[in-house]
Amino acid sequence: MNLTLKIWRQKDANDKGKIVDYKINDISPDMSFLEMLDVLNSELITKGDEPVAFDHDCREGICGSCSLYINGEAHGPDRLVTTCQLHMRKFKDGDTIFIEPFRAKAFPVIKDLVVDRTAFDRVQHAGGFISVNTSGNTQDANSIPIEKVNADKAFDAATCIGCGACVASCKNSSAMLFVSAKVSQFALLPQGQVEATDRVLNMVNQMDEEGFGNCTNTGACEVECPKGISLENIARMNREFLTASLKG
Amino acid sequence: MALDSKIPQGPLKDKWTNHKNKINLVNPANKRLIDVIIVGTGLAGGSAAATLAELGYNVKAFCFQDSPRRAHSIAAQGGINAAKNYQGDGDSTYRLFYDTVKGGDYRSRESNVYRLAEVSANIIDQCVAQGVPFARDYGGLLDNRSFGGVLVSRTFYAKGQTGQQLLLGAYSAMNRQIGRGKIKMYNRHEMLDVVVVDGKARGIIARNLVTGEVERHSAHAVVLGTGGYGNVFFLSTNAMGSNVTAAWKAHKRGAYFANPCYTQIHPTCIPVSGDHQSKLTLMSESLRNDGRIWVPKHKKDVDAIRNKTLKPIQLKEEDRDYYLERRYPAFGNLVPRDVASRAAKERCDAGFGVNATGEAVYLDFAAAIQRYGKEQAQIKHLDQNDAALVKQLGQAVVKNKYGNLFQMYEKIVDENPYETPMMIYPAVHYTMGGIWVDYNLQTTIPGLYAVGEANFSDHGANRLGASALMQGLADGYFVLPYTIGDYLSHDIRTGPISTETKEFEAAEKKVNSEIEHLINNNGTKPVDYFHKRLGKIMWNKCGMARNEKELKEAIEEISALRAEFWKDVRVPGTANEFNEELAKAGRVADFLELGELFAKDALVREESAGGHFRDEYQTPEGEAMRRKEFQFVSAWEYKGEPKDAVLHKEELTYENIEVKERSYK
Repeated sequence: MNLTLKIWRQKDANDKGKIVDYKINDISPDMSFLEMLDVLNSELITKGDEPVAFDHDCREGICGSCSLYINGEAHGPDRLVTTCQLHMRKFKDGDTIFIEPFRAKAFPVIKDLVVDRTAFDRVQHAGGFISVNTSGNTQDANSIPIEKVNADKAFDAATCIGCGACVASCKNSSAMLFVSAKVSQFALLPQGQVEATDRVLNMVNQMDEEGFGNCTNTGACEVECPKGISLENIARMNREFLTASLKG
Repeated sequence: MALDSKIPQGPLKDKWTNHKNKINLVNPANKRLIDVIIVGTGLAGGSAAATLAELGYNVKAFCFQDSPRRAHSIAAQGGINAAKNYQGDGDSTYRLFYDTVKGGDYRSRESNVYRLAEVSANIIDQCVAQGVPFARDYGGLLDNRSFGGVLVSRTFYAKGQTGQQLLLGAYSAMNRQIGRGKIKMYNRHEMLDVVVVDGKARGIIARNLVTGEVERHSAHAVVLGTGGYGNVFFLSTNAMGSNVTAAWKAHKRGAYFANPCYTQIHPTCIPVSGDHQSKLTLMSESLRNDGRIWVPKHKKDVDAIRNKTLKPIQLKEEDRDYYLERRYPAFGNLVPRDVASRAAKERCDAGFGVNATGEAVYLDFAAAIQRYGKEQAQIKHLDQNDAALVKQLGQAVVKNKYGNLFQMYEKIVDENPYETPMMIYPAVHYTMGGIWVDYNLQTTIPGLYAVGEANFSDHGANRLGASALMQGLADGYFVLPYTIGDYLSHDIRTGPISTETKEFEAAEKKVNSEIEHLINNNGTKPVDYFHKRLGKIMWNKCGMARNEKELKEAIEEISALRAEFWKDVRVPGTANEFNEELAKAGRVADFLELGELFAKDALVREESAGGHFRDEYQTPEGEAMRRKEFQFVSAWEYKGEPKDAVLHKEELTYENIEVKERSYK
């Protein structure tokens, strides 16, 4: 396959940045999208140019490092995959592909396609945990039976990889899907009940402080989420938040 | 220096309890005066950071990723072992200990393995308390599955994402401490040296990967939880960034490196598809609970399959060779990883590989889909003879158990594994070797500790499935927090460690000069060019089977490649910016040294054990042949070039387990 790439290049956080065109030839449809970028970078380095910076690590869709806004969609045109799992067979010979960073006020660009997503970490610091010490002096694991339906739902919420596709896809740059996934995981489990009130208030508060936008229920986040995190979680968080606000 | 493993006296089952009772403690007020650096935030590093901070120490944690949640423990799939005996199938601490020592081919330290088995049950309790959503049955209790090399069901799991859920548990425990200010987190930082002052590890030199700034950080002790070095093979199931740099720099400062040649080649990975490939993807061992491994019995069918004139599902039962079930009737498809990998290689080398490159075997779920489908039809009072219905019901069960793995497979290979068998082949996955540590997890540098995959301690020559997560969390939650206190109890009056000393200055200077060399080298080839060539040497000559001639060639070739790298590598950009090529160059430079030591270690070990298979040492049936005279840990001391490394031996004694031929027949 021969392709034209239009890639966002930005030297650092202060640079204005611009789209730069690249031609790339002989791409195998079996390559992953990031392997295609590896080929481009290898050519750039050999020519003496600067390679394109992008985040990536596990390359199997679980670490949440990779991002990229490809042809106007977070993680590209395929569904339920991250960019590292996107394969070139999803494109056609001769295609032009736009590649941009995840854009949001709370995700400033570090370089080219690399953005700073530590805002997500700070939301987790505010309450994304159960306050139990790791001393090992806890009760036996099977002394807390959990209804399978709830255990499975908690698991589904917990599979969020923290990539930020929800924020990048949302016209308001809202982080509701991300935050609600963690709130839901613990809201569905008996272990999470003790701190439920503080958790949701603190996490939502931190989310607002980081500059994420509001949720207007367009549902773009759910569509683009590589892990299929459900909007149901946002509803659950709203309920938790309302209850907590009345209590608090 | 003579190796002292510091194994406590007394009967095996009392060693850990007695040891904990006798070691020194640090009182809570004094803990506030003590700083600990932890490098790496995977299961071992992350759990250690959280626990030490809870205890009251001031923790500084470092990771090269943009968040601690992205450490590669996140990608572990199948599960975590624990001797809970919830299934009532005869499991016990002793049995987990026995399975692990036998699984490691009698090359691990008895006392460490017993302690691991002893604390394993507590890990599950701890994780459940933290809100880790393990799989449960309809009664609300925890479910288990089986893994290779054992005869009980002791593996706890969260679908195919157990590593993710456990790491997010440790990450949440860290977050609580970061929020309290007890952990100071340094994301996007890479450790480039250990600083040793008066013989003790007192800090690190780290590079800020965003600004390029080289920084000094001091502490009273340093803990490395930096994972394994599988990426020395270029292609592995490790993350792209996984590297040996922290461990190797520690080695160069005096930490002995143990058993570098013990590498786990995992039997079920998606086969290599072409030269463009940047990494390999694991298909969890848990799939062998339900998948049957086979190749065609006859060469003519192999040819037809490769020419695509025959589909695997069309091949009759009697024309299939379920070679693991044939060779190992007692364990069948659930033999340990080293055994399964070699068996796949044997069939493929004999010409029975089922893809174009001849390096793939089938992992088939048709039988499981039938079995589960019929069971569901029975439960739901539906027609068990309706083939389409049974298949549909069976596929739903399989999807529920392994859905994410099947989806990953389909996205990569573009084939539907519910309809046609998966194609798999062995790939580098885990390294049992690592930094040598004593019973306290301390390296040969006082004050420097190694936890998780970064150390060598518990898995001998082969690790059993679902034991890596167990060891990482055992080390971080339950072992290190005790043992490090014993060491730190001598530091309560030391006060803060200054970074304005000649040792820090010298280490920083060394790091800077290496960076400058790489940046100003002006060679012609990108870093990956060298890394791929190193990987090829490693895979062809230090891979699943090794021999004297090729190991000697590998040593020469790696040494020559290293010289070429330093002469001809091209690193674009500058040192004072986000520069991934520069970070990569430093890592590959270290792999080029480690690779040579790896080959040397494999050459010296004139036996076959676990993942280390020497062509010259095999039984008439082609199984690994251990030799009594090699019942020791190889601990290498750095002396300049890898070829000059000096071997120290820690003899292994087995007082509680009979050393016999490891058989899974």
